Amino acid sequence: MRINTLEDLKYIRETGLKKLKPKQKVRISVGMATCGISVGGDAVFEELKEKLKNREDIILTKTGCIGFCHVEPLVNVYIPGKGILIYHHVQPKDVEKIINNLDKAEQLDNVVCQIDKWDHITSDEIIYGEGFTNIPCWNELKFFKPQRKLVMRNSGIINPEDIDEYIAVGGYSALFKALKEMTPDEIIYEVKGSGLRGRGGAGFPTGIKWELAKKEKSDIKYLICNADEGDPGAYMNRNEMESDPHSVIEGMIIGGYAIGAQKGIIYIRAEYPLALYRLQKAIDGARHYGLLGKNILGSGFDFDITISKGAGAFVCGEETALIASIEGDIGRPRPRPPFPAQKGLWGKPTNINNVETWTNIPLIVKKGGDWFRGFGNEKSPGTKVFSLVGKVENVGLAEVELGTPIKTVVYNIGGGASSGKKVKAVQTGGPSGGCIPTKFFDLPIDYENLASVGSIMGSGGMVAMDENTCMVDTAKFFLDFTVDESCGKCVPCREGLKHMLFILENITKGNGKEEDIGTLEELSETVKTTSLCGLGQTAPNPVITTLKYFKDEYIEHINNKRCPALVCTALIEFEIDQKKCTGCSVCAKRCPTKAIEGILGKGETFKIDQNKCIKCGTCLEVCKFDAVIKTSKGVSNG
Amino acid sequence: MNKEQIEDIIRKYDNHEGRILGILEDIQEIYKYLPKESLEFVSEKLDIPLSKLYSIATFYSFFNLKPVGEHIITVCMGTACHVRGAKDILNNLMELLKIDVNETTEDGKFFLTTEDKHFSLNTARCFGCCSMAPVIRVDDKIYGYVTIKELPKILKTYGWKSK
Ligand SMILES: Cc1cc2nc3c(=O)[nH]c(=O)nc-3n(C[C@H](O)[C@H](O)[C@H](O)COP(=O)(O)O)c2cc1C
Ligand code: SF4
Ligand code: SF4
Ligand code: SF4
Ligand code: FES
Ligand code: FES
Repeated sequence: MRINTLEDLKYIRETGLKKLKPKQKVRISVGMATCGISVGGDAVFEELKEKLKNREDIILTKTGCIGFCHVEPLVNVYIPGKGILIYHHVQPKDVEKIINNLDKAEQLDNVVCQIDKWDHITSDEIIYGEGFTNIPCWNELKFFKPQRKLVMRNSGIINPEDIDEYIAVGGYSALFKALKEMTPDEIIYEVKGSGLRGRGGAGFPTGIKWELAKKEKSDIKYLICNADEGDPGAYMNRNEMESDPHSVIEGMIIGGYAIGAQKGIIYIRAEYPLALYRLQKAIDGARHYGLLGKNILGSGFDFDITISKGAGAFVCGEETALIASIEGDIGRPRPRPPFPAQKGLWGKPTNINNVETWTNIPLIVKKGGDWFRGFGNEKSPGTKVFSLVGKVENVGLAEVELGTPIKTVVYNIGGGASSGKKVKAVQTGGPSGGCIPTKFFDLPIDYENLASVGSIMGSGGMVAMDENTCMVDTAKFFLDFTVDESCGKCVPCREGLKHMLFILENITKGNGKEEDIGTLEELSETVKTTSLCGLGQTAPNPVITTLKYFKDEYIEHINNKRCPALVCTALIEFEIDQKKCTGCSVCAKRCPTKAIEGILGKGETFKIDQNKCIKCGTCLEVCKFDAVIKTSKGVSNG
Repeated sequence: MNKEQIEDIIRKYDNHEGRILGILEDIQEIYKYLPKESLEFVSEKLDIPLSKLYSIATFYSFFNLKPVGEHIITVCMGTACHVRGAKDILNNLMELLKIDVNETTEDGKFFLTTEDKHFSLNTARCFGCCSMAPVIRVDDKIYGYVTIKELPKILKTYGWKSK
């Protein structure tokens, strides 16, 4: 059917609500974004399917991901009148126990929290039930408490593969409002007023960008969703597309109407097959209801969306390279101006925004720009989803208001470093960003503040590093990345970065010289100021910040040939502590180069032949008695 | 090479946006690499110089120009995986599969295949499962929280035998 009137929309909303909150039936939904699947969510789903074959009283569905990665796989059990319970670390063997104990579900030990009510924002708050009195509510958990879910308003609750459920929680009501009650200028006015800034990196005000694109006169205009998510360590866009694909689509249709574009393209990286599948399914669903295609909602506005796949090139996240890639060319950046708003795809006016930028649009249209300004701070309104990974206890997706201090994210949400270690820095902004030491952790996160300490917001990657992370190695890692990903068009980026990497490699091998630090600083400056595109202009940031805040680690490597974090292979050795060794010989069996010898049962005889050892770390991991130690000139983990 | 199959793929892309990469990706999906004849066929059909197709296939890391092993193991070398020991995982896999570090393919991409063509090993930039770091992918299946200890177990499910 086609949706044309408010009655049509309401009718679908009712249908969707019956699925989301069935009156008489239990609804079990398994967290099945890529992340949940990778730790066994699919096996749990299959087991449930098998076990529920003859159960008329239980509905089984998939849901996306609520971002609580640390305790996946998650299973939501909705019991009418009572609420939703979330089970954590669910394995197939737990399935039977869960479905056989629905009446005393709250007594099971792997319930992590409940959802009593949920603010989907585009609809009135939905009460799922307030019947579980002994279980903590989701927002009482330390991980969720400081969070504010605007972008992730539906993630991990609704079934992302069912458009009816999106409509049930107020989906497409913003589009309805936009097309039926607002002019394009009014929409742009709200987006400008909201202060929304691009979530893909540079933080350019979205409303102003739209205004420029709207002003251009052309027979055809394009709109692009940048779903290349190239920053390794960042995965919020993947989750947004997999858990709530319609929010992206709805944002794009509204954008198309505001700017006067007829065609939208989602450029998505090849590594995200599930996101692509769900987006395509969402596009098909929207077409079916007449929300995409000709005469959307009977308003006379035509707009359609297609998907274009990337093929593994980081630089294609840069907007001009991305356009070249869609055109079927090698993804090399083109000089700006002309900007895509004037001459973009096929030479036509084109507006590009990031996935997360698009998901914010329905909110702003529905609730108004002023409402949006109520979140975040003056210069950076709204929220941002961060992917908090690396050396913290509670890794996951954290959506916080901009202006939240770094320490809240790292310690309150992240729970600090795992296993008694100390966090020493966070890396934000990926290969274009920098390492921020703990002394700046009071800093409220926003575009300007992160820039003031030499990093960037980027797409929201946040990698925590602890004592076991070597900062020289980290700088080398990012340069290795950018050298590999440089498209080779301009000399400073192509050659300068290579030279910097060469120096860093020498330092990590113990061949560093004192003057290397100065050379690195000079080269950084040159590459930064003379490269054509953002990749080269920001690539030195990881080196600059580690040099500035962790110079002592560089000096240790250069002067003392020591890697204090015990990471740089050339500077460490593996040894066996014969006092702890029990002579079990497990390490000797697993050593790939047969570097370990000893007499079975005689711990005092086990020794590593340093000439044969390739420092693979296997012995350290397989020894159950902590008898293997890593050392570097007097520092050791033992 | 099955011409009809490739014609079907080409026909699917009536849209010009993303067409060339899409076609090459779909071809690779069938053969796991881009056979020379298939590129020649596409070049002729779409009237695109063969040299351009080759330069695209070399520029984008996703494409393989050489036949690959039966199972493809991809180690994520992204930031989150790096700080959680991806390098050790990669080294271990090379040891287990007896693949030499210094081998690289002609186009400089890291893509190595065992002698018996049973496994190919390569690296990726991030699967977006960073919270489960370190992460590897075998064919289409992603494994999170991988440890050196359990690598042999994973490999065995794909027919690996310790030598
Ligand atoms: C090397 C490089 C890589 C980039 N990668 C991405 C990316 O993966 N995703 C993204 O949205 N923007 C990326 N950008 C930023 C885009 O060029 C562009 O600014 C952004 O998509 C605009 O959308 P926004 O205004 O909504 O942020 C990248 C920029 C550079 C220089
Ligand atoms: S700065 Fe680097 S990536 Fe950007 S155009 Fe120049 S060579 Fe290419
Ligand atoms: S595994 Fe540990 S305890 Fe056993 S022989 Fe090796 S070092 Fe000794
Ligand atoms: S580090 Fe690896 S090569 Fe060296 S002794 Fe241990 S297992 Fe053997
Ligand atoms: S578990 Fe899904 S995003 Fe982390
Ligand atoms: S860094 Fe390895 S999955 Fe993202």
